[in-house]
Parts: sequence; structure tokens; C-alpha cells
Amino acid sequence: MSGAGGPERYDPGDFPDYGHGDSSGDGDGDSSGDGDGDGTAGPGDTSGIPSEPDGPPRIPTPRSAAEDTSGWPGPLMPLPEPADPAEPADPPAADPPADRQPGTARPDTAPPPSHDVLRSLLGAWALTACAPDETAAVEAHLNRCTSCAEEALRLREAVGLLHAEHSLDLDPLLRSRVLAGCLGRRPARIPVPGWAAAYDAEAARLDALLRDMGDAEWRAPVRLKWFDGHRLTSRNTTVAGVIGHLMVVDGAVAAALALPDPLGEHAPGSPSARTEAYWHAEPDATGGTGPSTALRELWREQGHALVRTVSFAGRGASDLSVPFGDFTLPVRDAFLDRAFECWVHAGDIAEAVDYPYELPASAHLKAMIDLCARLLPDALAERRRAGLAAPPRRLVEAGAPGRTLHLEVEGPGGGDWYIPLDSPAAKGTAEEAVAHIALDPEAFYQLAAGHVPPQEAAVGQMGDVEAIRDVLFATASLSRL
Amino acid sequence: MANDAPPRWDRRMQQRLARGEAAALGELYDRLASLVHHLAHRVLEDEDAADRITREVFTYVWENPDAYDPKQGSLRSWIATLTHRHAVHRLRSRTADDDSDGDGGGDEVAVEERIRGASVAARADYIVTSMPAPLRAALELAYFDRRDYRQAAAALGVTEDEARRRLRLGLQLLSTAYVPPPRTTAPPGYGRAL
Repeated sequence: MSGAGGPERYDPGDFPDYGHGDSSGDGDGDSSGDGDGDGTAGPGDTSGIPSEPDGPPRIPTPRSAAEDTSGWPGPLMPLPEPADPAEPADPPAADPPADRQPGTARPDTAPPPSHDVLRSLLGAWALTACAPDETAAVEAHLNRCTSCAEEALRLREAVGLLHAEHSLDLDPLLRSRVLAGCLGRRPARIPVPGWAAAYDAEAARLDALLRDMGDAEWRAPVRLKWFDGHRLTSRNTTVAGVIGHLMVVDGAVAAALALPDPLGEHAPGSPSARTEAYWHAEPDATGGTGPSTALRELWREQGHALVRTVSFAGRGASDLSVPFGDFTLPVRDAFLDRAFECWVHAGDIAEAVDYPYELPASAHLKAMIDLCARLLPDALAERRRAGLAAPPRRLVEAGAPGRTLHLEVEGPGGGDWYIPLDSPAAKGTAEEAVAHIALDPEAFYQLAAGHVPPQEAAVGQMGDVEAIRDVLFATASLSRL
Repeated sequence: MANDAPPRWDRRMQQRLARGEAAALGELYDRLASLVHHLAHRVLEDEDAADRITREVFTYVWENPDAYDPKQGSLRSWIATLTHRHAVHRLRSRTADDDSDGDGGGDEVAVEERIRGASVAARADYIVTSMPAPLRAALELAYFDRRDYRQAAAALGVTEDEARRRLRLGLQLLSTAYVPPPRTTAPPGYGRAL
């Protein structure tokens, strides 16, 4: 959050002077403040507090809430006419003449709240958490009550200390650099397996994006899109619903590692069934009224537990298989799959709340593309069985080179992959390439996430049109809810 | 701000770091990197320099997990102190370098002022993370979620009077960050040697 700032930011001289801007002539001279009239009052300096109860107000209006430069809740209400005989009305002469609008009517004649009530409001006032009439009453009171004025100044300064750490400014790739630097100096005795690094990093990146979100953003609508094998399809949820979705699908991996499954025992296996079960059981998560920080922590703690567990299990865990209902992946690939899902949905969330989101670190990107390339031959075969892809042109013996599509992803993290076209058992080779497609990582993301119709993917293509079409459709069909 | 952790987490983290568990280092980074980077940035006002301090601090912690003494306070406040010291050291040596170019004088006042501001921020972080949870929850609702005190009261399930009291008390506690604590009552973990 960019609510962080140096102490100079809270110097009264820096406060937007709402009062002066609100010169609509409603006689709010008491609350207009003269924050820019006294450049000498720095933080902690209470010398600007008027010693005369009826002196001109020295307390600027409260600072706006974090990241909110227009956070004033609205125009100040007209002040009630002071009716308490113990507190004499302001002599007009004591007001700054420029601000004074003599003769303006003050229609409200309700008595102001007592000193004790006003004092109890000071914390809420400093946080801009009062109703407008209360704000006005407090500010009127501050002109008359020195002890409240001193406290008000102190509390308002304290609000300036309530900033979020500006983690959005933290370069997401710094994590990998810092950890690599540490491990270079002192190698880990229990390392994180290389195949789990992408998941670890992507989850941390998404977590950093979530950290600064308020409740409203957790409720922001998100449209999840994927390619169901035939056409683009979509589902509406919220940021909270997406995190729940990630959590319960990660839960399939957790269950395979003998960690607690967030859906409990006898949970369904397939990602979509798990997600539907969760959304059904936790309607709050999609409606967004649930406790968002608790959900974020559950998801994050499970992610940390996954990485911790495979670190200890080491090589032994990599070949365990994770059942996802209609398909199964070895743990190492399941982690890459979950890393990719995390990237995809972080992108969805970032888009929904209009934050920027960068590509993964190149090594992680490459590992995720590699998983996709390894899954493609089976995906092609499955589409072929379903009559959705062209039949094989020739029979190829297992392990022998066959017709190949050259998949090239450009830029750092990219590379060249050779996809066998006729059978998953065949070997793809550069020599047998009958087609070549080239795309950048962003286009790969859009295609493999099922965000664009496969035939419209931003892909450079050359060679066998049918092979290209089949591979593009098969790539998109790797996407799912 | 909600990054505080129970003492048990601190001790466990220390043990995991000590036995060389890379996953623990990642978890520590996830929990505290933004604090470290933020505090360093407050002192140095430079993105790259804050990145470097972040690297230095985590490297120090990873190489010396036993330097942390849980009896002296939270891991978070220890790391905040480390960060502050690294950053102030870097700032002073940078200023000294600039001065040797023939500049100097007025800069020093600005530097000390910036260090003071950063110390206040570090104390504020300590106060916020160690204040009673009900006070912190009220402040978070009012400040980060921009609720007014009536909405905060409803969300917390307390009376409006109580919500106002918590907001005022929370800010009163926080405002003590501006007063440098005497050496003897410094927050645990402060004043430790690197």
C-alpha cells in the first residue's frame, strides 16, 4: 500500500485544507481550519494549540484514510448553533476574517454533545471514522477545549504511523534473489525441491498481491475463463472465491501427501467438483462476506505446509501420484500444475482489481511451459479419440521419431519443445518437424489458460495447418476451472 | 501489520532456520520481507538500497539464527532492529562518502531527522504488533477497511462506546512511538549487538 510516507507527510502544512475549499458560505468557519497558515507546527509540536478557548482553530482536518486522497466523507455539515450557556458562542471577531461569512443562518439548534462524549470521539475523529455531524461537533469543541485539542493533535499524528508496509512496491522477483543469496552463503541442509520452487514463488507472489486488499477488493467480481475442449466458458466468482478455489484444489495435493484435506475426508477428486463442493459449502466465500484474512491465511498456511512436506520427503515424494479425479499427476508435476494455476488466477485477480502483474521468474516459467509441452501429446490423443482432432497420419513405433510440431516460446523463460503429433509414445524431433509455432510468454499464458479462442491466439505459425490447429486446441484444452 | 506471530512460531522458526530448512527461510521472507524492505526504505529512500538491505538482513538471519534470543522479544522486533541498524549504517556511510566530496553540513541534520523518523516507524510497528488484539482489530477496521466507528462496533460485536474507546486507546498507545523510550524500557530486542 502506498499509504506509507515519511513523517513530513503528516506535517499539518501538508494536509489538504478541506475547509478552505468548502467556501460554500454555510458558516463553517469553526471547522475550516488554518492548517496551512502555520508552517511552524511540526509533528509533536503542540505550540500551535490556541491558549484562548475561542481562538482560531489550529487543528487541521484529519488526514484521509490510506491511499485515499479524496476520502473526506462529504461536505461538512453546518455547525449547530452553540446552545450550551457554559460555552459561549464564538465572537465573530475571533474568527479569521477571510473565512467568516457573517450572517449565515445556522438552522440546527440541537445542543452539542457533552465534553465527555466529544472526548471519547477523538480517536474515531482522528481516524475519520465519525459521522459528519460528529466530526463538526468535535472540531468545534477543539477550539474551546485545550486538553482535547492537544490530544486530538497527538492522536492524529499517531494515525500517520498506521501505514501498511508498502509491499506492493516490493519487487516480486526479489524473493528469489534474496533466497538464492542466502542459500549461496549457507547451503540448505533441507532444500526445497527444484520442482516445488515455482509453486513456492507463485504462491508468494499472489500472497503479496492479496496482502494489501481491503474487504471491498476481496468481494470484487472475477470472471474465471477456460476452454472446455469445445468452446470458451466462464464462471463468475469473487477474489475470495478464487482463493477458495485455489485452496481446495491444492488440497488434492495436500491429501496425497497425507496432509489434512480442506474439504475433509471423502472429498471429490476433480478440481471442478472440489471447487463446486467448496463454493456450495461456503457460499460466503463467493459472496465475499466471509473473513477474508482468515481464508488467505488458510490458503497460505496450506501452501507453506505443502512446500515444507515435500522438502522433508525429498526425492521420495516426487514420484507419488496425485489423483485429480479424471487425471493423475506425479507430485512433481502436480506442483508445476498448481504453480501455473496460481499464476493464471493471480492474473485474473490482478485484472479484476486493476493491479499490474508480471510474468513469473524465467526458470519457473520454463518449468511450467515444459509441463504443458509434456502434457500435450496425451491431450492430443484424447482429443483424437473424441473425434476433435485429425487422426494420425502414420503409425509410429513407441520411442521412434514421428511427425513433430516445433513449439517455440520466445524470451527469457522460453525455449524450444518438440511435440510428437501421431502418438504420445512417439518421439518429437527437430528433423521431423512439419509445423512450427512461435509465441511470447504472454500469448502462451492466454492460450494455455484458455482465455482466448485457440484459433485466435497470438501465435506465429508455419507449416502443416491441421497440426497447428490441433496443437493450439489441445493446449487450450489443458485449461480448466 | 497483521504479521505478528505467537512466540511459539518464533521459536519454531528459529529451530527450523538453525537446522537449515530452506522452506523456513521462504516462510520467514513471506512474513517479514515487506517490513524489512519498508523500514530500510524509510531510512534510505532508495529502492535499490532497500533491496540490498533486505538481502543483507535475511542473509544475516539465515547465517546466524542463533543470534536471536526469544527471551528478548519477538523475532519480528529483532529483525526490525537488525534492519534499522543495517540501514542507518548504510545511510551514515553514504553521507560520509558524500561529505568527503566537499559537501556536507546541512545534510547531516536531514539525515538525523530521517533516522529519527525511521526509529519512530520501527517503534510504531512494535507497538501495533504487540498491542492487545481487540485494540488492533478496531484500528484495522477504521483505518484499513475505512469503516466508521459504528460499523466497526457492529463488526466487532461491541457497543459504540466501546468501539470509540478502543480507537482512542489504540491511538494513544501508538502515539507513544514519538517518545524515544529510555534505554531501560526499550522494547525487547532493541539494543542488541549485531
